[in-house]
Amino acid sequence: MKRFRIGVHVVPRRGILDPQGQAVAEALHTLGFGDVETVHVGRHIVVDVAAPKREAAEDSVRDMCRKLLANPVTEDFEIAKVEAL
Amino acid sequence: MKFGIVTFPGSNCDYDVYHAIVDEFGEEATYLWHKDHDLAGVDVVVLPGGFSYGDYLRAGAIARFSPIMTEVIAHAGRGGPVLAVCNGFQIACEAGLLPGALLRNESLRFQSHFVHLRVENAETMFTGRYEPGAVLRFPIAHGEGRFTAAEDVLDRLEGEGEVVFRYVNSAGEVDPAANPNGSMRGIAGIVNGGGNVLGLMPHPERAVDPLLGSADGRGVFESLLARVAA
Repeated sequence: MKRFRIGVHVVPRRGILDPQGQAVAEALHTLGFGDVETVHVGRHIVVDVAAPKREAAEDSVRDMCRKLLANPVTEDFEIAKVEAL
Repeated sequence: MKFGIVTFPGSNCDYDVYHAIVDEFGEEATYLWHKDHDLAGVDVVVLPGGFSYGDYLRAGAIARFSPIMTEVIAHAGRGGPVLAVCNGFQIACEAGLLPGALLRNESLRFQSHFVHLRVENAETMFTGRYEPGAVLRFPIAHGEGRFTAAEDVLDRLEGEGEVVFRYVNSAGEVDPAANPNGSMRGIAGIVNGGGNVLGLMPHPERAVDPLLGSADGRGVFESLLARVAA
């Protein structure tokens, strides 16, 4: 078995009201970052997993996202980074 | 009638529910530990408020996988009543017992105060003792209570009478200023298609005695007692 470190981004689905993201965007505007259009605040989750190969590790993490790490009603996820350990 | 109150690590309204059931209504109640694998023969399961598992990941997301929840889901599947309040509502949504999700309050503030609710469906086993359209006063205490679902799901909930409680102003009118968390369509409480699982953010168990500021929550328990005993 190989080992992989997989980073997943979980973010609020576009179109769903994200008051936290809005508050951060407003703060950035106040700081002078007038070019900021929208901000969404999500989570970055890092999972170390043993798997025979990279694809299997990614499939496993996607399954984790569907079952627990992301809420399928309100959030989207994507695998952001995969490292072989 | 026997109530089972599920205690997760971080539940904090379990004693309030016990007080309402045992002290106010003289019914039997037992605590069900989250690691238990059976419901001890209870008629009604209560998922109480609190911060199960510290609200880690998302409110209710981890509690949903507690061993007891397998039994709670089976009980609900058999048509058994489940009353899911506040964190219990969040857990019920995460568990798929109810549609939608409860997100961070639009204000980004924890809201702890009384609200007015309108009874939108007085024919459920939880609301049969209320008049249709009655305006009730219940306390809320939550940071993640913004009910969110896809538009077609909301339409179905409305069309099937599954919206049970809606946030309104003291005159009983829908009013964005009276919506404490930004819930879509002002939804405060819903039932599942079978009508046996009620989820709501406001706390009926904390409104069972005028001494607590309101006795309007008694109707939820009276309705259940009348229906389940029958």
